[in-house]
Amino acid sequence: MCATCGCGTGTVHFERPDVSQLHLANQRQPVHEHFPKQKTIVEVERDILEKNNRLAERLKGFFEARNMFVLNLVSAPGSGKTTLLEKTLQALNGTVACAVIEGDQQTTNDADRIKKTNTPVVQINTGKGCHLDAEMIYNSLKILEPVNNSILFIENVGNLVCPAMFDLGENKRVIVISVTEGDDKPAKYPDMFQSADLCIINKTDLLPYVNFDMESCKVYARKVNPAIKFIELSATTGTGLTDWLTWLRSPANYHTTIQDNNTYLANRSSGNTVNMVTDNMHAIL
Amino acid sequence: MHELSIVMNIVEIANDEVLKHHAQKVEMIDLEIGELSGIDFDAFDFAWSAVVHATILQHAERKMHRVEGKSICGTCGHHFRLFQLYEPCPLCGEVFNDIISGQELKVKQMILS
Ligand SMILES: Nc1nc2c(ncn2[C@@H]2O[C@H](COP(=O)(O)OP(=O)(O)OP(=O)(O)O)[C@@H](O)[C@H]2O)c(=O)[nH]1
Ligand SMILES: [Mg+2]
Ligand SMILES: [Zn+2]
Repeated sequence: MCATCGCGTGTVHFERPDVSQLHLANQRQPVHEHFPKQKTIVEVERDILEKNNRLAERLKGFFEARNMFVLNLVSAPGSGKTTLLEKTLQALNGTVACAVIEGDQQTTNDADRIKKTNTPVVQINTGKGCHLDAEMIYNSLKILEPVNNSILFIENVGNLVCPAMFDLGENKRVIVISVTEGDDKPAKYPDMFQSADLCIINKTDLLPYVNFDMESCKVYARKVNPAIKFIELSATTGTGLTDWLTWLRSPANYHTTIQDNNTYLANRSSGNTVNMVTDNMHAIL
Repeated sequence: MHELSIVMNIVEIANDEVLKHHAQKVEMIDLEIGELSGIDFDAFDFAWSAVVHATILQHAERKMHRVEGKSICGTCGHHFRLFQLYEPCPLCGEVFNDIISGQELKVKQMILS
């Protein structure tokens, strides 16, 4: 290792042969050039999204510890995300604690609509930004202070491209499309469909008036994401809303570790023998 | 234009490395970007020119490895070139496949001075 600069561990220097020779001649010692024009090659190997992904992982831990169920709702502008949320919150009517984070480039219109349902809500205005990121969610949570065992709905900025890459720490990603947008939407925006768990096909009340082939839409979507699920509904008329509410309440969506823990606690309080995930854990408990 | 925030993240990583290595300048930055990573390369170039002026990357030479999408069939094991996410296996039609490359989004190397 070079005593002057500590190089030699993972970093490499470029040398100017003309100067180095002088350097060598003067110093009798095979050292390399430190001045001028020293260059260092650094093998960086860092994921460009590492900051967002790391923060999203922290958010996941926060959500899991609070037994929260967190949804990231994405769609093209105007597909009906806010209308669906309004109807959902009215239908749940306080039976489950809910909170909402609204993402829009400008205005607090959507948050104002949510507020009318008496649900805690934070509006994020992204300005020129076209998607939410984990840091925005992190900052919103400090204001929102969501309670344990609640559902958090995050309405992303209306955009089917940009939000795809940014993990918000959500449990499920829900893509909303409406029948007025054309049945080939999944083929046009494959990244978003690939990353979604559930596709809501909204505005089914308009089916008689538009050329939208439900089956071919699903075929397109399954090509991109064979595991994706569908719910057809009309947020304004309420048709199909119960399918969505059932999905929301389905235990399979909740953190499995929490369920295990609940079973454990229930068993323990009833005096049953507890069979936990591993022998190790059993011993500790 | 999520490419804007991607470029801003790259600038942040560059700043971080410069500080870490007590350097003054970034001479070169080498990126690895997969063709299936969700980056539009034209939008990326546009975002780059819009963002990097007045940052540490202003005078840096930018190199870019574009990584081709490749997949292994989950059923027959066939290796194939992937032009779009979740193309089925060209041999057996299987849709559940392992993408082995093309989703990279990385700062690989920098030359600092
Ligand atoms: N016919 C019909 N119209 C609907 C339905 N759902 C929403 N709309 C209408 O679609 C328009 C947009 O609805 P929003 O709920 O604001 O859509 P959004 O996805 O929140 O829009 P952005 O936040 O701007 O991206 C409104 O005029 C709604 O009344 C539906 O099921 N049927
Ligand atoms: Mg909205
Ligand atoms: Zn195959």
